[in-house]
Amino acid sequence: MNEMKPLLLTRGLAIGYKTGNRGSIVSQNLNLNLLPGQLVCLLGPNGAGKSTLMRTLGGLQSALSGEVIIEGKLLSELSPGDLARKLSLVLTEKIEAGNLTVNEVVTLGRTPYTGWLGRLSAPDKEKVDQALKATDTLGYKNRRMHQLSDGERQKVMLARALAQDTNLILLDEPTAHLDLPSRVEMMHLLHTLARQTNKAILLSTHELDLALQAADQLWLMKQNGEMATGLPEDLVLNGAFESTFAKTGFYFDRNSGTFTIHKEAVSLNIQVAGNSELIFWTKRALQREGIGMDTDDVSAPKIIISKDSGLIKWQLEWFGSSFTFTELGTLMNFLRLKMTRN
Amino acid sequence: MEVDSVPFTNSRKLIFTGLIILAVFFFMLDILLGSVQIPFSEILRIIFAGESDQTAWLFIIEKIRIPKAITAILVGCGLSVSGLQMQTLFRNPLAGPSELGITAGAGLGVAAVMLTSGSSASIYAIRQLGVSGSWLIIVMASLGSALVLSIILLIAGRIRDNVILLIVGVMIGTITLSIVSIWQYFSQPEQLQEYIMWTFGSLGGVVQYHLYALSGVVIFGLLLAFFSSKALNALLLGENYARSMGLTIGRTRLIIMAGTSLLTGSITAFCGPIGFIGIAIPHIARSLFSTSDHRILIPGTCLVGTVLILICDIIAQMPGTETVLPINVVTSLLGAPVVIWIIISRNNLRSSFS
Repeated sequence: MNEMKPLLLTRGLAIGYKTGNRGSIVSQNLNLNLLPGQLVCLLGPNGAGKSTLMRTLGGLQSALSGEVIIEGKLLSELSPGDLARKLSLVLTEKIEAGNLTVNEVVTLGRTPYTGWLGRLSAPDKEKVDQALKATDTLGYKNRRMHQLSDGERQKVMLARALAQDTNLILLDEPTAHLDLPSRVEMMHLLHTLARQTNKAILLSTHELDLALQAADQLWLMKQNGEMATGLPEDLVLNGAFESTFAKTGFYFDRNSGTFTIHKEAVSLNIQVAGNSELIFWTKRALQREGIGMDTDDVSAPKIIISKDSGLIKWQLEWFGSSFTFTELGTLMNFLRLKMTRN
Repeated sequence: MEVDSVPFTNSRKLIFTGLIILAVFFFMLDILLGSVQIPFSEILRIIFAGESDQTAWLFIIEKIRIPKAITAILVGCGLSVSGLQMQTLFRNPLAGPSELGITAGAGLGVAAVMLTSGSSASIYAIRQLGVSGSWLIIVMASLGSALVLSIILLIAGRIRDNVILLIVGVMIGTITLSIVSIWQYFSQPEQLQEYIMWTFGSLGGVVQYHLYALSGVVIFGLLLAFFSSKALNALLLGENYARSMGLTIGRTRLIIMAGTSLLTGSITAFCGPIGFIGIAIPHIARSLFSTSDHRILIPGTCLVGTVLILICDIIAQMPGTETVLPINVVTSLLGAPVVIWIIISRNNLRSSFS
């Protein structure tokens, strides 16, 4: 049971900014916890207060009220040196000292453990090497920071946090500015790290689909500061996910787990039948035209898709007459024409 | 090339050795050259045996040239290390003691001493002050620098733009200088002349207990800087990262500011405002050792600073002639092009500061 003791928990935490005598509360009554070995993603629309929460948990900003407890100790009572041994950060800010080598940056992660001159002991060097290996940055450890791509740079900053050898790692938008393969790689890396090292990793991100796939827990922050936590699947099924990102023009498709642009007025409903992969892509094309699929009406038009030795055929039953297409493009053109005539 | 976590690689050791040899060479050359011709063998005899056939030569070497060369070394080390600390603290490549008005602040401190003492308001009169006087000047000049430095630091928290901060620094320097000007306006002409002489800067005339006091303060400031090198390294990643790595930002900032103010204040009080050493030398050291690691850069800037200020002093003496140029003119002539080079070669800036 000892293993499941949370590394970080908050009690009645209120976050926000103090302006003069009055504080402007971003979010309050937060009761959160981070368990070892878990990857937790903090999601929320822009301006919901994700960064404020990350900064508060990381000790860069003080809480308005309530408690943050890290490994059984109050955050406000931990000295900077003690905190640095329990929690490490990866921030959004860009590193300005570009002529530092990767190795030097990762070595700086050992700062809380080294003596007054920062000389490395053998175990220190080992930790640095481990961090470089775990993040796959060993290959360019002698390159300088300004010679790296954004993705490489972000991995180096993660390596630095790993070298700090803390049970908790907080990452503020580690996937921002990265291309899709790097984002997937980063998420995968964090997921593996959480599992293998039994660290608790919290990251804020805008990558909804990646977070849904990789996170053990989601923290959803609504625009008004309300927080919903739980298993990604639970949050999808109970509608919390949709309500967090509720915006006109968008809707969350529970079947595919993605957000789709949908048109308000459905001008036509068509039934679609066939193999699921073909249905998926056909639906997408229909959706774009504002055609709905929610109908039980037997008299409604129907598309039957079939695949025969690599050849796909779309058979359209259009109010009594039947047409066959071999490409979605021609089918869509046909429907568009029909719809404008009606 | 294998760059190990051990900071002193072979190539760096080579550069260090080279710089030490150069420093010794220019130190000897600085003593050798001057308006009075003294043979090299006699100089060696004076240094190592402390005797000479001509008492005038003995006097010139022991009381003028050696103190001046030592002052040059103190100035070279002190100003360049204080510039290095400021560049890291402000994360600004254009930061330096004279650029951000810190030397002007020191001047204000010196002026304040002269005003309140009520005696002849000349800064040259420092030299006539006793031991307690020299300490008073150092304390006041350092406080003056610290005042300007804390104002700049307060403003720097709100400004991210390097150039704008520099302009603010220049403005604060201007305000400080105007205050000094008001005092100048009400001064006697002969005192004015001496003040203007002070602004040219001079390495000469810091002798006996003044030299001991200056050496003590500069060495203390340099040690303070060296002891902060781990903190300065952590600050390279920015204040938030530094804090997350266990640094107490307030205390660190205070120590760095104290070191910078002591170095700039004491040197400016005795030698006048010497420009461009503080801003230019850290950049030269950085590209020479190609590192940002302060454990290497602090001794590195000291050596580069020593070599360059000795060269400046040798040029200032105009070997072979009777004339002596003010040291500030020479450092500006050599230093300003370096600053232009820093601004033009954007790569150089980008690699260290973005």
